[in-house]
Amino acid sequence: MTVQENHLSLYVHWPFCEAKCPYCDFNSHVRERVDTGAYRKALLAELDFFAELTKGKRLTSIFFGGGTPSLMPPEIVAAVIEKAKEFWDLSSNIEITLEANPGSSEAKKFAAFRTAGVNRLSLGVQSFDDQALKFLGRIHNAQEAEAAIEIARDTFPRFSFDLIYALPGQTNQAWREELGTALTLAQGHLSLYQLTLERDTAFYRQHRRGKFFLPREEEAADLFTLTREVCEQAGLKAYETSNFAVPGEESRHNLNYWQGGCYVGIGPGAHSRIFADGAWRAVSTLKIPEQWLEKVEQNGAGLAEDVLLTARQRGEEIVMTALRLKDGLDKKNFARNSGIPLKNLINQDALDALKEQNLVVESETRLAATRDGALLVNAILGELLA
Amino acid sequence: MSATENIRNFSIIAHIDHGKSTLADRLIQICGGLSQREMREQVLDSMDIERERGITIKAQTVRLNYRAKDGKDYILNLMDTPGHVDFSYEVSRSLAACEGSLLVVDASQGVEAQTLANVYKALDSNHEIIPILNKIDLPAAEPERIRRQIEDVIGLDASGAILVSAKTGEGVDEVLEALVTQLPAPQGDASKPLAALLVDSWYDPYLGVIILVRIVDGVLKKGQTIRMMSSGREHLVEQVGVFTPKLKRVDALGPGEVGYLTAAIKEVAHTRVGDTLTDAKKPAAKPLPGFQPVQSVVFCGLYPVDTSDYEHLKVSLGKLKLNDASFEYAPETSMALGSGFRCGFLGMLHLEIIQERLSREFDLDLITTAPSVIYKVHMTSGEVKELHNPADLPEVTRIKKIDEPWIRATILVPDEYLGAILKLCEDRRGVQVDLTYAGSRAMVVYDLPLNEVVYDFYDRLKSLSRGYASFDYTIEEYREGNLVRMSILVNGEPVDALSMMIHRSKAEARGRALCAKLKELIPRALFKIPIQAALGGKVIARETLSAMRKDVTAKCYGGDFTRKRKLLDKQKKGKARMRTFGKVSIPQEAFIAALKMDQD
Repeated sequence: MTVQENHLSLYVHWPFCEAKCPYCDFNSHVRERVDTGAYRKALLAELDFFAELTKGKRLTSIFFGGGTPSLMPPEIVAAVIEKAKEFWDLSSNIEITLEANPGSSEAKKFAAFRTAGVNRLSLGVQSFDDQALKFLGRIHNAQEAEAAIEIARDTFPRFSFDLIYALPGQTNQAWREELGTALTLAQGHLSLYQLTLERDTAFYRQHRRGKFFLPREEEAADLFTLTREVCEQAGLKAYETSNFAVPGEESRHNLNYWQGGCYVGIGPGAHSRIFADGAWRAVSTLKIPEQWLEKVEQNGAGLAEDVLLTARQRGEEIVMTALRLKDGLDKKNFARNSGIPLKNLINQDALDALKEQNLVVESETRLAATRDGALLVNAILGELLA
Repeated sequence: MSATENIRNFSIIAHIDHGKSTLADRLIQICGGLSQREMREQVLDSMDIERERGITIKAQTVRLNYRAKDGKDYILNLMDTPGHVDFSYEVSRSLAACEGSLLVVDASQGVEAQTLANVYKALDSNHEIIPILNKIDLPAAEPERIRRQIEDVIGLDASGAILVSAKTGEGVDEVLEALVTQLPAPQGDASKPLAALLVDSWYDPYLGVIILVRIVDGVLKKGQTIRMMSSGREHLVEQVGVFTPKLKRVDALGPGEVGYLTAAIKEVAHTRVGDTLTDAKKPAAKPLPGFQPVQSVVFCGLYPVDTSDYEHLKVSLGKLKLNDASFEYAPETSMALGSGFRCGFLGMLHLEIIQERLSREFDLDLITTAPSVIYKVHMTSGEVKELHNPADLPEVTRIKKIDEPWIRATILVPDEYLGAILKLCEDRRGVQVDLTYAGSRAMVVYDLPLNEVVYDFYDRLKSLSRGYASFDYTIEEYREGNLVRMSILVNGEPVDALSMMIHRSKAEARGRALCAKLKELIPRALFKIPIQAALGGKVIARETLSAMRKDVTAKCYGGDFTRKRKLLDKQKKGKARMRTFGKVSIPQEAFIAALKMDQD
């Protein structure tokens, strides 16, 4: 898998949720009413703006993320896909993913999303345990989740779902069993995240006040390796830190981010990396939906920031994400893609030490974290880049 | 010039918080030294640190004009003395400039060790002492009990003690009257050659060094060429004056008077406390008694946390030195900490003050290495070397013996805490000299090795006695000690900033504690790190910091790399504050915390 320079991914952000989950610090907002017509118009206008900057590229994936994009009227999803077809040459096997909540009301809309063109569904199941779902502030229950998975399986050619583990008090055995359930329901892809406390979330504050405890580093490490082993036994490879797939079933959209590809993001708080006129441009949009909407209505795009990245910055981004991949970094295309030779970016002494410690492996073509190194990617990056 | 019979020179002896500054403020107020508008709480303590800690670092003085009940006008010179054990020499010089003292004792707290030490110094200077029981407005005041205590502990007749509340002003008039009637007037001969005692000096950016003097004999005036008798340096007097407490010029100062002079002197180091100033043309036959050159007793390394602050530190030390001749510094280099300075101080408080002024007035972030004393290393060759820094210890095979300085400590403590204090002194290799009781308080005298005291003795003493123990010391002699250098090795590499001289009997416990502490402080790395304490080649304590097992962000947020970028920036910033030993990076915070470690 390598990045193709003329390939492009499109991300569409729907910022609204029915309720804010206590662990989530994504750009999500709860609103009584959403003027979907206005957002439809604004998304299409912004699409117009970015299409102008990326003319002639081949669109290989679209991803509807959020917030809760399954709250979108399917008609808007259809309109965005149709418009994208006007601007770009669509790859024949284009991957079009939509994130969905596994609630029963959303499940009723799956067929309409499929008709709109979505061919891969990513369900935010999070847990098969009602107690855990309650702790996580989810509004669905385990039974609804399993039902939604059934419908997704029957409706979409590909689907995946997310689970969160390393919850307070979760034993290895309990997680092993839950993971077993997940693997029987999965179809080639799972995203399995350890619960992380992000600043400015309800969980972060509760944890600081001692309302609950997270597993210690040792326990978290054991859970991580257990997850990897169980998934691999079922044929799902850990192709990224928290993503597991049967070979060929990886999320091509996400891989494009992580390998340093070109992408466009529309909607509030979306990010783009665009290669144009010999330089990488990093563009982001305003995060607050109303502010974004107003700016798009005025200017045709709700930009918050539009800067050129230095070769070093670009190079660092690629190293930071690619080392999370099982296959690691593509050394061959690195300098051409980022504008900086890898050896100018990373600390050679640190790399030698990491190789000696068997945390990193290097070949002619690739640089990757080993199985042990995969648990320590942040520290490894600190050694290589800081 | 004033007639000597109308002059009274006095100082105030009091423990911290017993109300010295408040009483001084009252006296100034009554004598009209400052207008109401100019009065600020505790006028005399002018440095922020002085005001915050309630101590006086520099001697100061104020001239009060007082019309007594006998109808005559008197000049009362109040000499405010430095209030801490580290400055005992300075205190003795201030006392030498006066004929009497007010002994201020808190009527609820009683006599403290430091008060006791200063009273003895005042008696050595032949002072007339007027006991004052302060804070009698407090409900807890027990003037009768404290009066008896003064008699029991100090052996001073306290029957005439004045009851005062400096806070309300009650009894302050009586104090003024007692100064006039009970203290002797100074003696001196204006026709003799000039002999003036240099009490203190400080730097003023406009006037240069200002020298506080007490005239013993002769006359000091503008235009005179004076000579410093210890160094022979000569200066032309530019200004002569008194403190009201503001500077006020006068034509001349005569015998018995206290005042200042300026003479375009650029460095405080050229004006030594206790020196005698005389007339260069008509010099005194011999200097006034009691002069001693300044001697540092505690040393430590000061290093900038951010290595790029080295120049800033150097300039700042230079500026501080302008105003404080009593500390010394010289460049030194540490493997661990880079470039810094070895500094010498009068004592632990002095060290803390300099450190605090550097961080406060010069905005410096500093690492202070473990305080050390001067060891005398007797070599097999017969040579004797002074050791200021454990890193400089010569090869053990060439050493015959090592001597260390001892002090004699006087501690006053309520008897309920006596057991804990005795244990502390014994733990610190102390040798009991005396133990007496005065009412419910014990007075303990111990000989202690200074290196056991510089560390955190004073803090321990305070915490073990809930703040009630008080402490004073004098430097005694050098005695042979079974001393060794303990090194700390992190991942096999010695960390010089953490090596220390220590008594052999203490090495193991201290080494174990330090290794355990470092294990907490050093962040886990991608490999396991042994932390060892060693004497020579022999490891006496060991801890192992296990390798990091998991450090990876669970979720990578789509195309938004802001978070990853922030993490990387944080890692980069962290590295700038680390020192690398072989493969291990130790954050500055670890040094700071390790050096602050409690001993138990």
